[in-house]
Amino acid sequence: MKNSKGKNKGIPCVEKCPTGINGLDDITEGGLPRGRTTLVCGGAGSGKTLLSMEFLVRGAQEFGENGVFMSFEESCDELAQNVGSLGFDIQDLIRSKKMAIDQVRVERSEIEETGDYDLEGLFVRMGSMIDGVGAKRVVVDSLESLFSSLPNETVLRSEIRRLFRYLKEKNVTVIVTGEQGPAGSVGLTRHGLEEYISDCVIFLDNRVANQVATRRLRIVKYRGSPHGMSEYPTVIDGNGLSVLPISALKLAYPVSNIRVSSGIPRLDRMLGGGYYKGSSILVSGSAGTGKTSIASAFANSICAKGGKCLYCSFEESPEQIMRNMRSIGFDLAKWHRKGDLQFHTVRPTMYGLETHLVKLHRLVSDFKPDAVVLDPVSNLAAVGDTDQVRSMLTRLIDYLKSSGVTALFNDLTSGDQANEMTNVGISSLMDSWLLLRTVESNNERNRMLYILKSRGMAHSNQMREFILSDKGLDLVDVYTGPGQVLTGAARLLQEARDRESEENELKEFERRERAILEERTAIESQMRALKAKLDTLKDEDAYNARKESGRKKRNNNYREEVSAHRQADIKGGR
Amino acid sequence: MPGRNTGQDKKAKADAPGSAQRKEWELRLYIAGRTPRAITALANLERICEEHLAGEYRIEVIDILKNPQLARGDQILAVPTLVRKLPQPVRKIIGDLSNKERVLIGLDLRQRTESRGG
Repeated sequence: MKNSKGKNKGIPCVEKCPTGINGLDDITEGGLPRGRTTLVCGGAGSGKTLLSMEFLVRGAQEFGENGVFMSFEESCDELAQNVGSLGFDIQDLIRSKKMAIDQVRVERSEIEETGDYDLEGLFVRMGSMIDGVGAKRVVVDSLESLFSSLPNETVLRSEIRRLFRYLKEKNVTVIVTGEQGPAGSVGLTRHGLEEYISDCVIFLDNRVANQVATRRLRIVKYRGSPHGMSEYPTVIDGNGLSVLPISALKLAYPVSNIRVSSGIPRLDRMLGGGYYKGSSILVSGSAGTGKTSIASAFANSICAKGGKCLYCSFEESPEQIMRNMRSIGFDLAKWHRKGDLQFHTVRPTMYGLETHLVKLHRLVSDFKPDAVVLDPVSNLAAVGDTDQVRSMLTRLIDYLKSSGVTALFNDLTSGDQANEMTNVGISSLMDSWLLLRTVESNNERNRMLYILKSRGMAHSNQMREFILSDKGLDLVDVYTGPGQVLTGAARLLQEARDRESEENELKEFERRERAILEERTAIESQMRALKAKLDTLKDEDAYNARKESGRKKRNNNYREEVSAHRQADIKGGR
Repeated sequence: MPGRNTGQDKKAKADAPGSAQRKEWELRLYIAGRTPRAITALANLERICEEHLAGEYRIEVIDILKNPQLARGDQILAVPTLVRKLPQPVRKIIGDLSNKERVLIGLDLRQRTESRGG
């Protein structure tokens, strides 16, 4: 509706009257046509009365629009009881003048027709009730029973036409219910009510397939408004009716750059920091590859950081999970007691897929978890075929994504299946896919983990050996020597061998280093000795020189003395 | 028409004191406003009563436009509707009462089989 308003500014379009019914307002893009009449038809027990009643109750409670219920079938008390189980307190609404119920009872046996008449009585009663509570919404359930109680169909038909006109003038939004015609009939309703109603027709259906009953809702027509065309699964539970749109139809979720830790530090590093908040992660692997452990590590990490986690298990009881995970160092019981970790354990075959989906919706919207774990989704295949499960999970993922909840799905693959395939065909919906497998070699099985895909993040392309110990989970590098990949004992052995040769080489290196050092020391000491010798020689040389010059001096002195003595010459005359 | 001012016009026609112990017919005619059809119905009713129940009946005319809640009490849908409150059991006759035969059948004044024969 918002869209059409934006596009056609100023051009009047069909105004919507929100029903408040889960999902119905989504597929009708805002609700039923305001001020007009909507036909809700379907077989017995398809939920017509309930849908109508919820329309009124929600109108009164949530939208401040009072309602009138005109029942041709059930009495006021019966109606109150029937919807009381859904948490609707009709009597209270009637007491507070937000709703009025009138039961119209016509016994054909006590009626004799004698001439002209009209149904003004019905109009007057309806009018007085509408005015009495200031109603904006009216339900007529079901008008068709008049056909069996009034003999003159011609009068009836013209009066029904007049009734719809009258209601339009009253400017109320109306739901009229109609019984589905017998199999093979042309019209939607037994008496062709649809011919009087041109604005909106909703068809309800309750089908049984594979022993599972599924309610469905379809909008047959909605004049002047776009609407979802498909058959939508519908569920009636403790909170009323819910229509489940296949998906939000638009792929527009808020995205986050925040990373959440997987609870395994090494895995976080492989993913470049952890999962994206609000993304969907698939962990697939055959039996015993450690899927539940990865899920528990995640749940544990979420709770340890003060977040809330919803753990849905289709296989194990909460106690079993908590006991088992204690053995690898995760104390989930602590978070469970604290209320941060909520378990939802249910057998997949307990009810149909739609109900599963609705339950999960409810749990998520009530508990508001930061993360949801489903372990394992492949078990849902017991209640529906691949397409149905896929469609259910699509809707679930959609819902979780739009709520910003990080979801981790475990998927059990059978041994003979290709690794890169899931039982329920959901891999393409996932943002990250961790593949777990076991490698058999040298008489042992070792767990391996690798990241098959992870949208929007740089991630390691390496296989890691996945180790479960009482200290938790860890990933270690596999041995990738020349031409081989080794895991487990073989890896340890090879590593030991590598270590040994490494040690040998080190020793050799050290020995050589020592030898060189020794030689160097020897040479250096020799050098020192020679230097000392050199110094001595230098000293001797200096001494010699001094001695010689002394001698020469003495000789000169002597000669001078002699010549002076002889007086042979004048000084310097030589 | 007389009695327009109230919704329930009581037209007690029981006159003779001697008729007190005889069984009394209590009839209610529901109408929605003084439409021509309502007037026809009332005229038809009064004529039939005078013919067949002289002195033993009471007619109460109820205008549901004025008293809508009374329409709920007697489960009135069609107008005009004639309700035979007494004698029991309650009978309802819809229409403007122009078909006298059917009115008599509706009021149990004539056997059903009889009417079909004639």
